[in-house]
Amino acid sequence: MGPNRMINKEKRRNCICTLILIAAVLGICGFLEANKYSYSYAISIIERSMVYAVVAVSMNLVNGFTGLFSLGQAGFMALGAYVTAIFTIPVSQRASVYYISGINPVIAGIQLPIIVALILGGLVAAGVAALIGFPVLRLKSDYLAIATLGFAEIIRACIAAPQFDTITNGSYGLKSIPGFTNIFQPLALSVICIGLMVLLINSSYGRMFKAVREDEIAAEAMGINLFKTKELSFVISSFFAGVSGGMLAMFMRSIDSKTFQVALTYDILLIVVIGGIGSVTGSVIGAFIVTAGREILRFFDEPLMLGGVQVPLFRPGFRMVIFSILLMIVVLFYRKGLMGTNEFSWNGIFDFFKHPFKKKSKKMEGKA
Amino acid sequence: MNDNTQNVLSMQNVVMQFGGVRAIDNLSLDVNKGEIVALIGPNGAGKTTAFNCITGIYTPTSGMVSFNGKNLKGNSPDEITRLGIARTFQNIRLFSNLTVFDNVLIAKHLRAKDNVFTATLRLNHAEEKRMREETAQLLKEQGLYELKDEIASSLPYGLQRHLEIARALATQPELLLLDEPAAGMNPQETQELTDFIVKIRDQYKLSIFMIEHHMDLVMQISERIYVLNFGKLIAQGTPDEIQSNPEVIEAYLGGSEDA
Ligand SMILES: Nc1ncnc2c1ncn2[C@@H]1O[C@H](COP(=O)(O)OP(=O)(O)OP(=O)(O)O)[C@@H](O)[C@H]1O
Ligand SMILES: [Mg+2]
Repeated sequence: MGPNRMINKEKRRNCICTLILIAAVLGICGFLEANKYSYSYAISIIERSMVYAVVAVSMNLVNGFTGLFSLGQAGFMALGAYVTAIFTIPVSQRASVYYISGINPVIAGIQLPIIVALILGGLVAAGVAALIGFPVLRLKSDYLAIATLGFAEIIRACIAAPQFDTITNGSYGLKSIPGFTNIFQPLALSVICIGLMVLLINSSYGRMFKAVREDEIAAEAMGINLFKTKELSFVISSFFAGVSGGMLAMFMRSIDSKTFQVALTYDILLIVVIGGIGSVTGSVIGAFIVTAGREILRFFDEPLMLGGVQVPLFRPGFRMVIFSILLMIVVLFYRKGLMGTNEFSWNGIFDFFKHPFKKKSKKMEGKA
Repeated sequence: MNDNTQNVLSMQNVVMQFGGVRAIDNLSLDVNKGEIVALIGPNGAGKTTAFNCITGIYTPTSGMVSFNGKNLKGNSPDEITRLGIARTFQNIRLFSNLTVFDNVLIAKHLRAKDNVFTATLRLNHAEEKRMREETAQLLKEQGLYELKDEIASSLPYGLQRHLEIARALATQPELLLLDEPAAGMNPQETQELTDFIVKIRDQYKLSIFMIEHHMDLVMQISERIYVLNFGKLIAQGTPDEIQSNPEVIEAYLGGSEDA
């Protein structure tokens, strides 16, 4: 009776906390939406964070949960972004977008609903990932990273290639992409995408991903087909990277191939590492911290005058130096990131406040 | 040995060559239904390599491995597990950061009828429930149920070995391969393990093929023993025959008792 009641009480408490959190998120979004002209800067940071959260979780699915060191995320985002853009730019505006080389007649007249275009973008990314996966997923860690990085650059180069000008508009990029009309759209999209990935991670297939991560030979000995499992994780991850690319296109409203340089993959890797490799909630929190942090650190890019003297380091680019140093500090001293492989839970929060140090050390033991 | 015994595992003239090293040289052996058979030999004799040839980790350079009459050539390790051969590893290979329960639950998936969509959208209730029930049942039978939420790597060594065997049993094998199950155990633990091996053989109707250095264990429960030295089979027979075989004593038993 005793412990049961305790558990029920905890459950109720957690349920209430969750409801409060949802209400708070909706409330904040509603408030920002109602005052969108005064808070446009905050809104843009939050929307970008939501997009990055999706792709960070997708990267975590492969890197953190399946144990594959893949760095192809930017390439798959590019595919999703271009597919979404090509099929959602209003037909009437296409002539002005493709004013240099004209538009390929096959796609000139096709305009898809945004959701359909996003899913199509995800499917194209997934399809390309499936093809790339055959040669690449047989490689071991570092080689896999190099190969996926290379493929992402090839995808980007293809997009910028003059041969595809009438589809991708080459180096001029695409503009007039219909954006989000309110903050609830990216919120809903990212909640759905991340929700699906969480369901997957906690399903029987997610368990197989983890088995492969833990020990490939043992996983095989338990009847898990290594290649199929890796391919599945890679393809699904790429699907969501593609969708997030589409979301990024909607957020930015204009894209070109430079948007999807390797630097974008590094940004996402940074989010995953800071949040904790193998933690979904870590990736989500990381997405917000990194995106917001990047903006806050902008202050380092401004020239700084102290007592009439200009401080020499404060100039454009310095922000990135600070950022890289922070990353190094995390990797050197806090390798598990904010969350390690743990997930956010109310019990964890409450325990933390009850015995801030005890709980932590216990957890460390368990993981060691 | 009675003549109408049913052959489960058979290796015929298996050779495994690594560059210039012949780790296994023309090895032929059989395991029959319900038997406990041991493979012994000094360090580096090629015992683990033989297991790896059976389970598909290595493809033999020549020769044939068959299971219930089926040639295993070209089958990947996961397919071989599916056919009914499970194994443990000389250096324990658990899913270290996962719980005891999940370690076994993962092994239950190989006979599940679901796919990634039904699993993600939780349309596979029945399958998931079955897997969880079977896992709980197996853990209870093995006396590991109380530990189900422990992280595998946090278990003491002996329990990790036990869990690895339980996980292998979860695949519902016909043939169980144990690679030095008693490694690192004291005499009392070894004796418990000896009884345990016989018990699971009877309980789960297994055939057991094991590599072991502890001669007490081997001599007590093996029906037949194969002796390997430098990749070659140097003797085979009942425990009594092996114990009195001069070549074996020379190569192995006489040399270093507890290698
Ligand atoms: N993948 C490999 N590549 C090259 N040589 C190998 C490989 N695997 C095993 N060998 C060699 O084959 C020989 C037999 O090794 P194996 O591990 O089968 O011995 P073992 O009988 O299990 O020994 P132990 O009692 O120490 O476990 C050794 O000389 C080893 O170096
Ligand atoms: Mg060995």
